Amino acid sequence: MTDAPEASAPLLDLRGVSKGFPGVQALDDVSLELHHGEVLALVGENGAGKSTLMKLLAGIHTPDAGTFRLNGEELSIEGPKHAQELGISIIHQEFNLMPDLTVAQNIFIGREQRAAGFFLDERSLNRRARKLFEGLGLALDPTERIENLTVAKQQMAEIAKALSFEAKVLIMDEPTAALNDAEVDVLFELIGRFRRPDTGVIYISHRMEELTRISDRITVLRDGRNVGTRVTADTDQREVISLMVGREISGEQRPATRVIDGDPVLSVEHLSTRSLLRDVSFDVRAGEILGFAGLMGAGRTEVARAVVGADPRESGEIRVHGRAVSIGNPAEASKHGIGYLSEDRKHLGVLLERSVRENIVLSALRDYTSALGFVSDARIEKTGRDYIDKLRIKTPSSAQLVQNLSGGNQQKVVIAKWLAKDCDVLIFDEPTRGIDVGAKEEIYTLLKGLAEQGKAIIMISSELPEVLRLSDRIAVMAEGRLTAILDNADATQENLMDYATRFSSEGTIA
Amino acid sequence: MTSPTVTPPKPDRDPSTTAFAAIDRGAPRFARLRGSLQQLLAFASLILIVVVFSFASPHFFTANNLVSILTAATVTGILALGTTFVIITGGIDLSIGTGMVLSGVMAGVFLTYLGWPLWAGVLATILFGGLIGLINGINVSVLGIPPFIATLGMMLIAAGLSLVISGTKPIYFNDTPEFQQIMNLSIIPGIRFPMGVAIFIVMIVIAAVLLSKTILGRYTFSIGSNEAATALSGVNVRRWKIIIYTLAGLFVGLAGVLSASRLSSAQPTGGMGLELEAIAAVVIGGTSLQGGKGSIIGTVIGALIMAVLTNGLRIISVPQEWQSVAVGIVILVAVYLDMLRRRRA
Repeated sequence: MTDAPEASAPLLDLRGVSKGFPGVQALDDVSLELHHGEVLALVGENGAGKSTLMKLLAGIHTPDAGTFRLNGEELSIEGPKHAQELGISIIHQEFNLMPDLTVAQNIFIGREQRAAGFFLDERSLNRRARKLFEGLGLALDPTERIENLTVAKQQMAEIAKALSFEAKVLIMDEPTAALNDAEVDVLFELIGRFRRPDTGVIYISHRMEELTRISDRITVLRDGRNVGTRVTADTDQREVISLMVGREISGEQRPATRVIDGDPVLSVEHLSTRSLLRDVSFDVRAGEILGFAGLMGAGRTEVARAVVGADPRESGEIRVHGRAVSIGNPAEASKHGIGYLSEDRKHLGVLLERSVRENIVLSALRDYTSALGFVSDARIEKTGRDYIDKLRIKTPSSAQLVQNLSGGNQQKVVIAKWLAKDCDVLIFDEPTRGIDVGAKEEIYTLLKGLAEQGKAIIMISSELPEVLRLSDRIAVMAEGRLTAILDNADATQENLMDYATRFSSEGTIA
Repeated sequence: MTSPTVTPPKPDRDPSTTAFAAIDRGAPRFARLRGSLQQLLAFASLILIVVVFSFASPHFFTANNLVSILTAATVTGILALGTTFVIITGGIDLSIGTGMVLSGVMAGVFLTYLGWPLWAGVLATILFGGLIGLINGINVSVLGIPPFIATLGMMLIAAGLSLVISGTKPIYFNDTPEFQQIMNLSIIPGIRFPMGVAIFIVMIVIAAVLLSKTILGRYTFSIGSNEAATALSGVNVRRWKIIIYTLAGLFVGLAGVLSASRLSSAQPTGGMGLELEAIAAVVIGGTSLQGGKGSIIGTVIGALIMAVLTNGLRIISVPQEWQSVAVGIVILVAVYLDMLRRRRA
């Protein structure tokens, strides 16, 4: 740890902070300290509460319970502007930039140099920005519009903005997600320059090897709780990962290892996209569940979208039952028997304002239409009833609007929709997100049943226990690449997390 | 650790793309050039249309006709100037057409019914337009009604109030004959150059300065570009949106004065559809309905393109029905070209 001044109070001191949202306790009695002059890393799985904690510090949310102290002084953070005034500066994961404005205009938005109160002094604005960049050693043109910059440069502009506030506490949420190695070096140099005896940094990241380079201590969040803080020099990646995932694998027994030796139904070879994916190859057999694990942004959803043609592919081949097919859009994918159940159920999966039965037959509507173009309500009703019974969708009638169903039952409607199309390959993207525990079990049973009927199933999930429990094999992704495909028997939460954090930059893993 | 099918790590990224300096390659400068190219393109189309009509008819390119094109563009143009600000914030104002008519009726009320002096009546009319905008702004930014709905409601309210207040009859400015001079007085000896056009030109300059040189313009763009981020940066977005809608209302009030002056009377009917003409001018001028992008000069060119088309088609004796078809096609082509440009960007 760097030596802090003898001051008794830490720079930032959180005690017993809790924050709940409907249906989820995002933070549960979290306490943590940021010392003067240190970089404190904050790690945890997706949904562990890191972003919520940051939004509390940004003044975007207010805590349900707990106290904040800055240099020993208790305070409440009233809003984003107040947070800035207190010297808390935050770099959000999603950029908070105005793409149509220039770099300088973005940095000083709300704090413009004015002449005569109302008129802008653009020149002095640019001069100030230039001075700021020189001080930080950044090669940015203050007069360039943000939308013309690369993502890395936008990130730099964001950082410059945060540093321009004379901040005492700098909080960064996965600042390196969009950066390559050389850019990360620049960022770390900036952090080094910012770190003084009267400042501190909270650094949120998934990348273990970065934490060793930059942080003094590491605090691990799991399920909204602080499960431990370690001095970076005295710990290793294994310990941190086991803190992140929890020691015991949550109760459920693994599936008996089944030998699935059918021919591949879907084969994907050397799939790449311009934006993210690099040379992804895998296949999935009839009766098999192939799990996809990885951190947020690793490219799991992107694989699914590229396979069904929702996003353009740069290269790669897709075979269905051994035959190469050309799939340019999701409609063609479904013609070849591939169904994709999106992670964003509300926006991309169901029509909330329409009835259960209409949703179920939606993608197969042609089969319910007479030669004259009339839709047969009677047959739709019959199919609707069939699937409501088969999947045990809890709804008073097939005419009920989907928006009145629970999340789990909405998900079943989406599944029914694709079953009605009679697909051979079903890609489930986060099938249990936002669904309560009981309904999850039913979805699991349903997925297993579908596999037993001979469907080939791809399941993308951010919950490792879920992946481990359902999958026959598990594909792990990091930064758009496939880092491993493991048989279920060989997979543990620890080694999955290990493969999920294998970034291209590192040589070996500690 | 067992790992049956581990994909070997890929070689590191292409070194030429790693350093920051390398990212600085020409792209931005080119993008900037493309921005001004678009403006140039709109201006070039305007010139092209003028040239075509000039060849098509000897009556088109005359001083008198050019002035009458400007005169025709004045009222719609002033409405379009104000609404440019609203559209750049990502909003829309459908109440400007009937709001203008209501403002004209109020001019009649102030000057004829109440017998106020000319200056007071004109000022009050402009402020009345501002009041309409203020209410729009409050509805949008405090009550959170979507701009389309908020201003649609105001459009109908203004249309109805015009009829109610005037008793459905035109109001004549018998007590203040100078009122009609505001629009029509010829200020250049020799040719008929009405004062209204001069006012339009002054308003263009004012709007352009407001949009590009002041804090108001900066926040207009900022809100349209990313409203949430603007608010997170500590800008009082609500207040600025109210100010921007009020500004658009002041332009509406002025347009009300000019249109009533032009007709020497406050006509309580009509105005419906004028808002769409103004929005069309803004859109042809390259301002994005998504917000964040736009310019005053673009709006002026858009208004002129519409006025030149209408005037030119009439001069070469195209029936009026077809003029509307032509303007519709111009809007579609202009917006499609703009989208093509954005997609490539």
